[in-house]
Amino acid sequence: MTPLAATIAGIGYWSEGLPGWAAARAFANTGTLPADAPARPAPQLLPPNERRRAPPSVLVALEVAQAACRDAGLAPDSLPSVFISTHGDLGITDYMCTTLAQAPTEVSPTKFHNSVHNAAAGYWTIGTGCMRTTTAISAHRASFAQGLLEALAQLATDADAVLLVGYDTWATGLLSTMTHSEGLLGAALVLARTGPGPRITATLEEGEAGAGDGPLAMRGHANAMAPMLPLFDALACGRDRVALHAGAGRHLQLDIAHG
Amino acid sequence: MPATSPPRPMPPIAIRAFSATTALGHGVEAQAGALAARRGGLRRNDFGPSPLPTWIGRVDGIEDAPLPEALAAWECRNNRLAWLALQQDGLREALEAAVSRHGADRVALVVGTSTSSIGASEEGYARATVDAQGQPCFPPDLQRPMVHTLHSLGDFLQHATGVRGPCMTVATACSSSAKVFAQAARLIHAGVVDAALVGGVDTLCGSVLFGFNALGLVSAEPCRPFDASRDGLSLGEAGGFAVLERAAPDEDGLQLRGYGESSDAHHMSAPHPEGLGATLAMRDALARAGIDPGAVGYLNLHGTSTPANDAIEARAVAALFPDSLHASSTKGWTGHTLGAAGIVESVFALIALRDGLLPGTLNSATPDPACGPQIRFDHVQRPTAWAMNNSFGFGGNNCSLVFGKGGAA
Repeated sequence: MTPLAATIAGIGYWSEGLPGWAAARAFANTGTLPADAPARPAPQLLPPNERRRAPPSVLVALEVAQAACRDAGLAPDSLPSVFISTHGDLGITDYMCTTLAQAPTEVSPTKFHNSVHNAAAGYWTIGTGCMRTTTAISAHRASFAQGLLEALAQLATDADAVLLVGYDTWATGLLSTMTHSEGLLGAALVLARTGPGPRITATLEEGEAGAGDGPLAMRGHANAMAPMLPLFDALACGRDRVALHAGAGRHLQLDIAHG
Repeated sequence: MPATSPPRPMPPIAIRAFSATTALGHGVEAQAGALAARRGGLRRNDFGPSPLPTWIGRVDGIEDAPLPEALAAWECRNNRLAWLALQQDGLREALEAAVSRHGADRVALVVGTSTSSIGASEEGYARATVDAQGQPCFPPDLQRPMVHTLHSLGDFLQHATGVRGPCMTVATACSSSAKVFAQAARLIHAGVVDAALVGGVDTLCGSVLFGFNALGLVSAEPCRPFDASRDGLSLGEAGGFAVLERAAPDEDGLQLRGYGESSDAHHMSAPHPEGLGATLAMRDALARAGIDPGAVGYLNLHGTSTPANDAIEARAVAALFPDSLHASSTKGWTGHTLGAAGIVESVFALIALRDGLLPGTLNSATPDPACGPQIRFDHVQRPTAWAMNNSFGFGGNNCSLVFGKGGAA
């Protein structure tokens, strides 16, 4: 394929114990964890009452999205966006299935509209007043690589910069016997056509990608969005090559020129 | 409206095959025949153990069409409908031809759904049992993790077709299988692939029937889009696909000529009161096609038959298009097929281009006062060079598509 390229203009990161990209980068390089990390993300984009009610998938996605935009120095409402989640909000799926099995007419309308896979994308565009395009994608273990391809294709066609957000929640209830995902994890990139920052070049190649043995990949391996973590290890530690699982026995090869 | 400049015109994308399977039947001719005869597909809700009093667009034959044994691991209602829809109208032959021209790794698979195979997860909860340790578990026949996650649809189709290019499931609620055209067009234009199988599949399930009911958006009667007395939607299920390929210069045939995507930035389940997002999506689709609104002969509206959607969409259409536009909602025939609505109604727009059948609106008699002269309840038979489709979803997610014919300008 024609290689696709982008500059990483901004990064956002949140996991339990590592509540930001600076903390994640420090952990990847020194193994230290910040003291008193919050148990839950609290994105400033949402008013306090909505922050209390919002599902964890929305909280983590908005938190990292906002951090990446801040890091890039770009207005959130100027950016098209790509939201990636393997399973969406697993707690809401468990709620919907449990309620439907027990008392289907008691389904909460709010839980129902929050059950759509593009809930985080919707709350993001509403919270930032962004009228640009947004999409929500899943490709199981290949979700992040496939979402990255869509973001890079947007840059190659129309967009000057794109926000890319990957996140997953923990499995709960009966669904957790089928779907394995632990903890809350989110990361975001603002990708730009040009400008300062690490430059990535992407090609789809044959062969499986490994799970990654970097500190962030090892720490976050049990979350369903873990296949994105080798990229964040590479960005944190200044590595110049990384492979992301892309499905069908292929991987997305990323070459990184650190600016 | 934000001060974003409209996009540049885009190179055409050829449509090598297209099909839809809905409550009207399997394949394009069943759709075209039922549209022409004004024969609707809605029936009284007979889905599930405790059906709500509403009407549904249910696809016949799914229960009798198990997946081939080699694909049995993906067995569920949604993947059955995907498989059934894929057998129609030369889709597989067109896909195989694209694979042989370009190689399996140069063909993408971009499919949309709202709920994928969540019906299987709902069934797992309803039929939960206990394992040898006494712990709650799914019944053994549903202990297949892949059908309990959203990418069930894309993963199934990847295994069913052998396509090895980018493969993703797009889930932006009711705009999902319109956005797949935009995403596949980008992958082709960016040089990642040369062709793509796009489409969407959504099947009836408890989540959507009881969820839309909880939001007060479901009618007890067959839906009446754009009628002054409309009081909600009828849900439906459907599957459909199109095979897209980079068009050669000057080739004729049906083509994707433009797409426009936007966000309302307003509310999770209510449209922007002035239809700003819808207007932006339509404007960008027209700009990518390089045409004026007056060139469009047929517009398939989102037209869900909810009080809010139809009034707002009608005003947005009236503000953008001349009175001569023929616009209609076909949801009275199929019900609102949610994540499949984009592909189904793109197929209806393609039928309008192919046959000159510009459908009216079924079940509706008295236009809402918000309707401009563009909103039509009666059919017209008239050749047209350009047809459009609108698909809008929860989260304020909007997509408009423009289809045309090669050589038309």
